[in-house]
Amino acid sequence: MARQKLYFYLQLAFTLLVSAFLIVPVVLSVMAGLTNNFFKGVESGFTFKWVIEVWDLYADTIFLSMFIAFACLVVTLLIGIPMAYVLAKTGGRSARMFEEIITLPVAIPGLAIALALIMTYGGFRDFRASWLFVLVGHVLYTLPFMVRSVLAVLSSINFTELEEGAASLGATFWQRFWHVIIPNARPGILAGALMVITLSIGEFNLTWMLHTPLTKTLPVGLADSYASMRLEVASAYTLVFFIMIIPLLIAMQIYSSDGRRTKKQAAAKKNAQQET
Amino acid sequence: MPLSTLNLSALMVSFLKSRLFYLLLPTLIVTLAFFLIPMVQLIIVGASGEEGAMAYLSFLTKPRHFESTVATVLLSALVTLAAVIISTISGIFLVRNQFWGRETLISLLTFPLAFPGVVVGFLIIMLAGRQGLIGGITKSLTGDKVVFAYSMAGLFLGYLYFSIPRVILTIMATAEKLDRSLEEAAKSLGASQWRVIRDVMLPALKPGLIASGAICFATSMGAFGTAFTLATNIDVIPMTIYTEFTLNANFAGAASLSIILGLITWLALFIARSLSGSTVAASG
Repeated sequence: MARQKLYFYLQLAFTLLVSAFLIVPVVLSVMAGLTNNFFKGVESGFTFKWVIEVWDLYADTIFLSMFIAFACLVVTLLIGIPMAYVLAKTGGRSARMFEEIITLPVAIPGLAIALALIMTYGGFRDFRASWLFVLVGHVLYTLPFMVRSVLAVLSSINFTELEEGAASLGATFWQRFWHVIIPNARPGILAGALMVITLSIGEFNLTWMLHTPLTKTLPVGLADSYASMRLEVASAYTLVFFIMIIPLLIAMQIYSSDGRRTKKQAAAKKNAQQET
Repeated sequence: MPLSTLNLSALMVSFLKSRLFYLLLPTLIVTLAFFLIPMVQLIIVGASGEEGAMAYLSFLTKPRHFESTVATVLLSALVTLAAVIISTISGIFLVRNQFWGRETLISLLTFPLAFPGVVVGFLIIMLAGRQGLIGGITKSLTGDKVVFAYSMAGLFLGYLYFSIPRVILTIMATAEKLDRSLEEAAKSLGASQWRVIRDVMLPALKPGLIASGAICFATSMGAFGTAFTLATNIDVIPMTIYTEFTLNANFAGAASLSIILGLITWLALFIARSLSGSTVAASG
């Protein structure tokens, strides 16, 4: 028994060490963004001047990132939900193949996709220079997450039965889509939406190649500041990024643990039904 | 015309006329116009240089490309090995034990999942850079400042940083499904703790370990942001592609190397998906 205890504490210590490796640099960076002179240490005093400087220098990148994330969400909702519905409805090999194709942009490094886009559409000057070019990359990259998230929920419920019920009561296709499919797919839509926004705000590999000096997003600005600004400014900028992204991550974790619970309940219900 | 083809084409026609097709159309257009056609264009450009289609073998024949391929594969393999070992120890521990603060610990271990590669690179600078924590500690202890953020060790640490959250999630999901009665049975038959781990737990975990390892390997191979921020003198493949494209204007070289890299990462993720059913992959 004493040995069991020893194993427990050894593993706990190891796991704490691993989480320290992940968390300590985040804490350091937040501190650096809020101290007068990081080299001298915390004694040099606490300040917001770096955050204000970041705001002056980079506010436009923050707004552009939010704008593109929102636009990306709108597009992935509009094209992704119908797509997931069709995949859930048809099923089979062709559906799986289609899913595989739209998932490819996640499996292939962003750099390669960005190069492909530039080599194909780089000649269309107005398109190349606009924020739409960046949006295209973000949509390609985030769409599979929306589709899979909605598809997972639709596959777990018997929506065809619900739809047939509504149809037998005289509901038209669009009425069924709006009042039966969408409300039932809501958990998947919400989880997908959180994922899309989080990924879009943080996307760098594609954006770095696709952006122009007038379409800099937050991560592009971050890379800029890491290369050319003093450590405190870079840290303050990173802090701004954390402030934007961490609420989304927390929402995602709360939401996914809720989802797991309801899925477990649903599974238990299903088992109970099978037993009776 | 054979009957099966007739049936198939009739099916196609009815599908094209159906509502489902119109619902699919927007995604179809976006995927075709902005992904499939550009990828074909990339393949064509890749073969358009002086050496033609042979450019696709440049990762073997061209010394600079060969070196960066070897460095990237080695680095990714090492990171994968380390991340899988670390995550297996911590993942099984977190699944098997209930204790105060467990949920918080899991959250801390998984939330860096969505950090972009550039930010991970910066966090490694905070840790091991010129003004970093490790430098500060070693200077006050020994008088020598240890700085390794901008070397292979820095890249390794950075890749490990974004790998651990991904790998730990997959391993925890697999470990939750382990049948504990098998371990009890082995123990009651007199097996030592070590033999239970080696002969019962690890074989059961194997699909999850390979799947998470493949995800980790693919992400490391394609990681650009971290290497870009650390700006090391080690050329990993994504950095080589970037310099070929922007500095050398060698479009064919950049395109062909991109295709090779894409094939490698896609294959690794394909293996992962066929083993685990789903992937928790996102860019690094």
